[in-house]
Amino acid sequence: MLRYALKRLVSLALSLIVASVVIFSMVEVVPGDPAAYMLGINATEDTLAALRDQLGLNGTLIERYLSWVGGMLRGDFGTSYTYRTPVAEMIGERLWISLPLALYALTLSTLIAFPAGIWAASRRGKLADVSVMGITQLGVAIPNFWFAMLMVLVFAINLRWFSAGGFAGWEKGVFPAMKSLTLPAIALALPQASILARVMRSSLLDTLGEDFIRTARAKGLSKRQALWRHALRNALIPVLTIIGLQFSFLMAGAIIIENVFFLPGLGRLVFQSISARDLIVVESVVMLLVFAVVVVNFAVDLAYAVVDPRLRVRT
Amino acid sequence: MTEEGIWQAALRSRNLVLGACLTLVFVGAALLSFLWVPYDVTVMDIPNKMQGPAGAHPLGTDHFGRDILSMIMVGARTSIAVALVAVGIGMGLGVPLGLAAAAKKGSLLDEVIMRGNDLVFAFPSLLIAIMITAVFGASALNAIIAIGIFNIPVFARLVRGAALSLWTRDYVMAARVAGKGATRISFEHILPNVTNLLIVQGTIQFSLGILAEAGLSYVGLGAQPPIPSWGRMLADSQTMISFAPHMAMFPGLAILLTVLGLNLMGDGLRDLFDPRIRRGTR
Repeated sequence: MLRYALKRLVSLALSLIVASVVIFSMVEVVPGDPAAYMLGINATEDTLAALRDQLGLNGTLIERYLSWVGGMLRGDFGTSYTYRTPVAEMIGERLWISLPLALYALTLSTLIAFPAGIWAASRRGKLADVSVMGITQLGVAIPNFWFAMLMVLVFAINLRWFSAGGFAGWEKGVFPAMKSLTLPAIALALPQASILARVMRSSLLDTLGEDFIRTARAKGLSKRQALWRHALRNALIPVLTIIGLQFSFLMAGAIIIENVFFLPGLGRLVFQSISARDLIVVESVVMLLVFAVVVVNFAVDLAYAVVDPRLRVRT
Repeated sequence: MTEEGIWQAALRSRNLVLGACLTLVFVGAALLSFLWVPYDVTVMDIPNKMQGPAGAHPLGTDHFGRDILSMIMVGARTSIAVALVAVGIGMGLGVPLGLAAAAKKGSLLDEVIMRGNDLVFAFPSLLIAIMITAVFGASALNAIIAIGIFNIPVFARLVRGAALSLWTRDYVMAARVAGKGATRISFEHILPNVTNLLIVQGTIQFSLGILAEAGLSYVGLGAQPPIPSWGRMLADSQTMISFAPHMAMFPGLAILLTVLGLNLMGDGLRDLFDPRIRRGTR
């Protein structure tokens, strides 16, 4: 187990190093001078020189890369050019919206998908199964930002149950804050819930066809008992992997959904920085999100190996 | 299965027929738009702006008075072109990589290819797509590249997995005895036997590509004006959704139905090519 964990840790470190090189070089290959790119054509020579200095553009390529990575390891993400504030501080503020949103969506998606998947599998071929499969087929195909707009139309504009966008702020209390995250979380969760329900159903059906279920039935357990006591636990393994992978989709999906609802999270920060050509912020936020995704996948791999010892052998 | 048998089975599969019909409608609309559209999508008609669906404009008009049906037809062109080329990039690079990795299983080449794949997989694709378009500028071409890159590992992994089991077959052994090299075997014997898998996966990646293109152009990082795209039509409609909901309804439905059609077709094709998968179990 230790050897497996170490191996995964090395590949985690490698992934992060390559990711940082890719992200760094992408910003480096901006045609011409990044400082000139950020400031536009009307910049004076003085401001250009000042920004070059601030970006550390005067060193060699390797010096600049090392100082960028070194800074991030110390928690120093540089200073935003447009906002003139430390990027780490901006990310810290925005994280209080993006992270709860992703977790809220993940919870919703699991809460919808589990019962739906189990229900469909236990009534295979019947109306319940066909309806769940039909609805999830739609859920997978619907663009989530469009679904978000439709929800705004129905629940915010027509019924006035929710506000159409913006964030109430945590200082107003947990309930108003969660309320402003509810429509975005549903929009994010729907496609993920559809995928998860389908995986749950097919994994459960596979398990229900196994010999040990037949043995359990032969011992006199009812179909329902066999499903709840024996099949469900075994069917959960692939489902857990998908939940881990969904984290990455939720982080990326949140970038677009935050823009639909004007939520001041990381996603909106990325877009504001893109339009302001504030590459320091873009670079850092992207690196941070990639870091989060890679670490979550690493944790899922480890959890997976704890649950299923057979996987430790495979690399 | 005989050729006739496959056609009969295909016509019996509800998923496949429905999916193929939906896909044909949108591909047909895109092709037709090269020859004819009801109205010119680059001409504004302000007096007729934001009209609901009615006789002269079956799907209504947008905030510049442009005909929404015509825009959806031309938008289909953008979506399909972006997604199709992105799948082409994924297959064009991913398939040879997968074949090479399988042919040299366990070698350094295999290791490098597969670890490279894992890396690309670990990144949230949309995020990197956003980064690419942020740095290189928003355009349909950059959207294609960004979506295409993430298709490469999908095909490489799929082909490697399938090819590995084919390499143990007797006919591959016979080809080796006959003195054929790894490259020739890969292209003459392995590739033809993974085509079915490629068609199914290609359909699925095509539908994901359409969703990704819509998302990118919704946030302004896809095709740029005046080229109509479904995602940007939705972005334009957002602030007017309370008084002109038809502007948001039809482009969204177009995306939903196209993606649904492709997914159904992918499912149907998978069942058709692999009779071992019992209908309705997956």
